[in-house]
Amino acid sequence: MKSLAELKELRNKVQKEMKKRDQGTRAEIIVGMGTCGIAAGARDILKAVLAEVEKRDLDVRVTQTGCIGMCEKEPLIDVKLPGKEKITYGNLSEADVQKIITEHVVNGNIVSDLVIARHK
Amino acid sequence: MKDSIYRSHVLICTGTGCVSSGANTLKESLEEELAANDLSGEIKIVETGCHGFCEKGPIMIVYPEGVFYCEVQSDDVAEIVEEHLLKGRTVERLLFKEPMTDEQIPSYQDIDFYKKQQRIALANCGQIDPEDIDEYIALGGYEAAGKVLTEMDPQEVVDIIKDAGLRGRGGGGFPTGLKWQFAKNSEGDKKYVICNADEGDPGAFMDRSILEGDPHRIIEGMLVAAYAIGADEGYVYVRAEYPLAIKRLEKAIEDAEEYGLLGENIFSSGFNFKLHIKKGAGAFVCGEETALMNSIEGKRGMPTPRPPYPAVRGLWGKPTNINNVETYANIPYIINEGADSFSAIGTEGSSGTKVFALTGKINNTGLVEVPMGTTLKEVIFEIGGGLGKGKKFKAVQTGGPSGGCLPEDYLDLPIDYDSLLDAGTMMGSGGMVVMDEDSCMVDVARFFLNFTQSESCGKCTPCREGTKRMLEILNRITDGEGKDGDIELLLDLGEHIKSTSLCGLGQSAPNPVLSTIRYFRDEYEAHIHDHNCPAGVCSDLVSAYVIDEEACIGCGKCAKVCPVDAISGEIKSPFTIDPDVCIACGACEPECPVDAISQA
Repeated sequence: MKSLAELKELRNKVQKEMKKRDQGTRAEIIVGMGTCGIAAGARDILKAVLAEVEKRDLDVRVTQTGCIGMCEKEPLIDVKLPGKEKITYGNLSEADVQKIITEHVVNGNIVSDLVIARHK
Repeated sequence: MKDSIYRSHVLICTGTGCVSSGANTLKESLEEELAANDLSGEIKIVETGCHGFCEKGPIMIVYPEGVFYCEVQSDDVAEIVEEHLLKGRTVERLLFKEPMTDEQIPSYQDIDFYKKQQRIALANCGQIDPEDIDEYIALGGYEAAGKVLTEMDPQEVVDIIKDAGLRGRGGGGFPTGLKWQFAKNSEGDKKYVICNADEGDPGAFMDRSILEGDPHRIIEGMLVAAYAIGADEGYVYVRAEYPLAIKRLEKAIEDAEEYGLLGENIFSSGFNFKLHIKKGAGAFVCGEETALMNSIEGKRGMPTPRPPYPAVRGLWGKPTNINNVETYANIPYIINEGADSFSAIGTEGSSGTKVFALTGKINNTGLVEVPMGTTLKEVIFEIGGGLGKGKKFKAVQTGGPSGGCLPEDYLDLPIDYDSLLDAGTMMGSGGMVVMDEDSCMVDVARFFLNFTQSESCGKCTPCREGTKRMLEILNRITDGEGKDGDIELLLDLGEHIKSTSLCGLGQSAPNPVLSTIRYFRDEYEAHIHDHNCPAGVCSDLVSAYVIDEEACIGCGKCAKVCPVDAISGEIKSPFTIDPDVCIACGACEPECPVDAISQA
């Protein structure tokens, strides 16, 4: 290390990976991965979410959950921004993922025509 | 660096405890299952150091949720991958259950064991891959060293450590800042820093876990110390019985050298520092600083009188600063957060936290770090989860073979250097052995004295001869041949050995005996005058077990488990126990389906 500045630069670079272990408040995307979800194509939705998050270099927590009962509407994803209500989107295709992430996660605008439910 | 989009990190503990429970096969099983489910590119597997919760190992934590899985075996991996990693459903049966309430706790932060801890020395253990220097740096590693080398002068550094109030964590409790000041004040252009990683106390593994789980922290602490006192070379003296710690430390030194964090002109400051590892060879006495330095010099590991202290004349006659692993582990925090932040934790006389190895008759055995001032009760009953069902607390042994035992009356004692000394024991390096009504205090004293006696180097008469005689007396007592006057003789001998031995080994060897006599004198008297061992441990003094002939159904289950073949009989006829052979171990009693066995 030639300087403290160099160390700090390296720290910033490697910190991104470590953030995955931070359970603090970040935007969260939850993908329904119950049997119904998987059958409806949730694996591809999950992959699309990850690709979009990576492409835009977003600091988002991506987790999965089981079947919430609305099997008819799978694939379902929940988007929860810190301090905002959780929104459930359904009947999704891979193309919808990009739209939701751009409009809602990045710009904060809910994509109304894809919304299934809002949770207080 | 890392190109895959990891959405989840799975941390597998590969500290020695978990490895011995099968953690190494977990990583392979996990890799296989992830590949089979096409998840390899999304899930990152990280092998970490010890979390401290050894009782429940192997441990696996899934982030970002922070779900804490215990006692995970290779067979469980398929389920974890399919249910949790793929579908997001926690595998309930593998979650931690509070011992007293059976409540299942999914999240790491909510478990009682961790809630009350404040992890400074252990901050990174279990959270990072100890073989990856980048992870240490990501969490702020080497910034303290950088700050010190580029922005502070050596006296400033010494002053911060003094103000923080850090005291030696190896057991002596000597103010660290003062020790550094002495070494700094010594004249000379060649000085050394040494890290004492010999950790000889039986059952202690605080230092081992830090070395295995966060080796860079020690390197950083030593860098700061070396700069403060003006040393350019250092040694980590690690016991050879810690191969994993040695391996991780070697890798850490190699990586630090590659990044220019060790070697010449570090951070372009003009400061050079080279670090070596020296392996110990199995002698407890080499944990004593002068014996340790003799060992590094290639001489026999025997202590030399002090003064002169190492800070004045140490390794190869040069001024040397020697500190314990845990002491160095606290340095980065103090530099980064400031002296006040550190001294705000703990008590007036003892700042900061202390790592304890909790063992014995306790539910949550493992490694814990708590602020000084935490009471024994909190550590044993809240963090430790209390004793087993139906068992009553009898005593807690602190400080390893140099310490003493404290009975129930002392449970509310706040833990710090001075309060423990006043009570007749000591902090030592942090061992804490919990005992219940089935532990014989005389036997405990004998066990520890047996250890220190065999480790005595033989150089000075009080230790060499004195501990031998004390041990003889204790053996006679536990064999049922105690005499009137034995207790007084033990006390007398003990005081003499303490005040005249050359080094800490002899000076503290009598402690377990003296403290058990102080608080459990009645047990000694029962052994000597009543020929009885109240706890039922000393085999020559306990009554043999007997089988009620009328109740016995002649199944023979008891005979099968008897370790000394004291039980005989024919199937379907009453069995009998030979009282001369029986060692009263009690293995037969629970085997009997009709409760026909009891102690006479």
